[in-house]
Amino acid sequence: MSHTAPNLSSKTVPTSGPITMVDAIRQAMFEEMERDPAVVAIGEDIGVYGGAFKVTDGLLAKFGRERVIETPIAETAIIGAACGMSFLGLRPVAEMQFIDFIACCFNQVTNFVAKSHYLWGAPVPMVIRGPSGGGVHGGPFHSANPEMYFVHTPGLKVIYPSTPSDAKGLLKSAIRDNNPVLFFEHKYLYRRLKEEMPPGDYTVPIGKAIVRRPGRDLTIVSYAAMAHTSMEAAVELAKEGIEAEVIDLRTLLPLDKDTILSSVKKTNKLLVVHEDTRTGGIAGEIAALVFEGAFDDLDGPVARVTALDTPVPYSPPLEERFLPNTEKVVAAARELAKY
Amino acid sequence: MTQSPNQSLTQSTASALTREQHLDLYYYMQLNRQLEERMVRLFRQNKIVGGLYSSLGQEAVSVGTCYALEKRDWIAPMIRNIGALLVKGVPPRDIFTQHMAKFTSPTLGKDGTSHFGDLKIRHIVSPISMLGDLIPVMTGVAMAGRYLGQNIVALTWIGDGGTSTGAFHEGLGLAASQRAPFVLIIENNQWAYSTPVSRQVPIQNLADRGAAYGIASVIVDGNDVVAVYQASKEAVNECRAGRGPRIIEVKTMRMRGHAQHDPAEYVPKEMFDYWKARDPLTLYEKYLTENKIWDAAAKSEIDARIERELDVEQKFAEDSPLPPPELAEEGVYCDGCHKIEADWKRAKSEVTPPRSSIDPTWRLKDLPAYTQAAIAGGNGAKIPAQTPPPASVAVPTAAAATVPAVQKSAPAPAPERAETQPEHLAAGVAAEDPAVPRVPFGRGPKDKAFRQSPENPQNKPAYSRASKEKSFSRTQPEKSFSKSPRNKSFGKNAQGKPFTKNPQDKQGRR
Repeated sequence: MSHTAPNLSSKTVPTSGPITMVDAIRQAMFEEMERDPAVVAIGEDIGVYGGAFKVTDGLLAKFGRERVIETPIAETAIIGAACGMSFLGLRPVAEMQFIDFIACCFNQVTNFVAKSHYLWGAPVPMVIRGPSGGGVHGGPFHSANPEMYFVHTPGLKVIYPSTPSDAKGLLKSAIRDNNPVLFFEHKYLYRRLKEEMPPGDYTVPIGKAIVRRPGRDLTIVSYAAMAHTSMEAAVELAKEGIEAEVIDLRTLLPLDKDTILSSVKKTNKLLVVHEDTRTGGIAGEIAALVFEGAFDDLDGPVARVTALDTPVPYSPPLEERFLPNTEKVVAAARELAKY
Repeated sequence: MTQSPNQSLTQSTASALTREQHLDLYYYMQLNRQLEERMVRLFRQNKIVGGLYSSLGQEAVSVGTCYALEKRDWIAPMIRNIGALLVKGVPPRDIFTQHMAKFTSPTLGKDGTSHFGDLKIRHIVSPISMLGDLIPVMTGVAMAGRYLGQNIVALTWIGDGGTSTGAFHEGLGLAASQRAPFVLIIENNQWAYSTPVSRQVPIQNLADRGAAYGIASVIVDGNDVVAVYQASKEAVNECRAGRGPRIIEVKTMRMRGHAQHDPAEYVPKEMFDYWKARDPLTLYEKYLTENKIWDAAAKSEIDARIERELDVEQKFAEDSPLPPPELAEEGVYCDGCHKIEADWKRAKSEVTPPRSSIDPTWRLKDLPAYTQAAIAGGNGAKIPAQTPPPASVAVPTAAAATVPAVQKSAPAPAPERAETQPEHLAAGVAAEDPAVPRVPFGRGPKDKAFRQSPENPQNKPAYSRASKEKSFSRTQPEKSFSKSPRNKSFGKNAQGKPFTKNPQDKQGRR
């Protein structure tokens, strides 16, 4: 990962060259709002200020106050209003200033938005996006990975990209999807890597994982920032002669079972790495899937490297202890490879 | 007032009802009641598999409010608003089949009660059981309708209990700041399950909550269908003219328990007696007769029609099958089964660049302390063409004799938001003491420097315009209420505070 300086003041989206994830997401917003006037943005401080992380910077100038709607600090109102707008055929993109704050509108998301289509046939084509994840010393209320609350909620789709081009292509797919989509943006990745965007109006399909690195000895399944950690671990492991296959899930719900199972059938070993806390994290679900679909192919127990079962602590040594890192992944993979 | 009491129901020129409309109101209220009485029987026969929530005694609220809407408008009912669904054109079979969990129900058996909607034809949003959530949702509906140029109004109901939820407050805050064309009916039926209003909220009138958000509100006798209709019509008109949102508190009474299982033994008998004598259907029938709007033949014709219709609808529901079990697995996602398309009633070019582009910086004139335009809220949307306010507001002297049984808790709204005192700043306080002007954002009347400064919006000439003063001086809440014939017969203090004589007020105030 290359480290680049934050790009706080740019009012326009770069049109060529490698760009950060923040700019990739901005590009998706600009392009989708330009393509379809039914797309509107709603959230706190997303207009004049451009959003807490400047993801929506420049949208207000271009699209005006009717389409870039700044709200009071009221997450339930944001999600409720976005849901109501979608009933009339709009495609709102609601921003949580930090995804941690989605807890404030949990009821609106899980009971209203998620259940509408199943219960009374009302599709809710909206996106809820926001910065998530730790590693930036944000403390317990600005670092969370609350994705599993929503992976457990039928009716939602949950996306958690790890690269700028995936973020752009997946956000476009999310906006065009007829269902409510939660779009997690790992804030550690916002400005730490740059990537050239594929040309044209490209999208990345929801529900498709990607094999980031082929390997024969074991499968590492991960997503978001931990996908990068897993890749770094795979490089370390290769030095020891262990070839790890790294799968980046990209979408957590619906989960791409086929990609996981076919990889495990090839490598016969599975390690799941996530930044979410351990109990009830997606590793448990993936382990169950593999037991159901590839038990006979397994040569060893399903292993997992996750965050601790604690809130995200603030002080650097505590947070480092809390988070998975390359060393922890390498160590777990080494153990697994012994089977 | 020397006029005959009954006349006060109908003479508002802004919302006068024809004979046909009068009979419509009766039809829907009676249909609502008969439908629910049949459902009670079905419940006792175990044909309704889940809960049954009665709106007995509240029919005037559902029917009177929804009748003020147009076809294009949107509603989101609560469990006790079956009457509103009927007014919106939902056939009774849908209500029967929903409760009986049949495959033919609007949700195919996936949910019960009034939990269903219709986005395309009737514009109904389904409720969920968590109270308050519909307020931000319907605010969003109202905002989207405005954005698409549809000139619609969104309306929903909330019980007295639901006004304590966070969603209620968050939703109203957004609705007010967006100036959304949204009407909220606070259906004060005195009981949140088993808890009386006075044990939930230490204020006399839930309508007062509107003032906290700068939302004008009125209080209306919820058992007087004509008064409910007129107040709703006025609120809807205001919203359609770009002067929303609005709150109406309707005072009524839940005449049964929370649901069928609940005998409501916690309700003092005197309270039931009081409200039973004010039954909305009985009162309205009497009113129709005394005003010679109908005769016995007209009534029996409508009643017979309702019986005929309900026989057919109930039979349909009873004969309908339950859903096939495998249906449980279907419909979590929309995989192309719905075509999502906004109904644009304005040019898309208005909301796309270059026309949508603005200079996104705040200027002093945009900030509330310096201008009232910003206080008045709004998101930059075009204000629809200003229509003249309803006659009852515009012509106070004439209307004084004809105001329906509505208690104004806010003065008439200012027609032009840029020049005049925003109505919400005057709401409430002005009614209590016009001599102490309300000033914005916590700079209270004691802040003498601010009061005397030219920055104080109330020092501007617009504030002293004659029509405004009139509307303030007219704000004598008790008077208009006391004109209702029901208040006279039940409250011994005919000249005021009609609801302080209610038994429930005494109950909670020890």
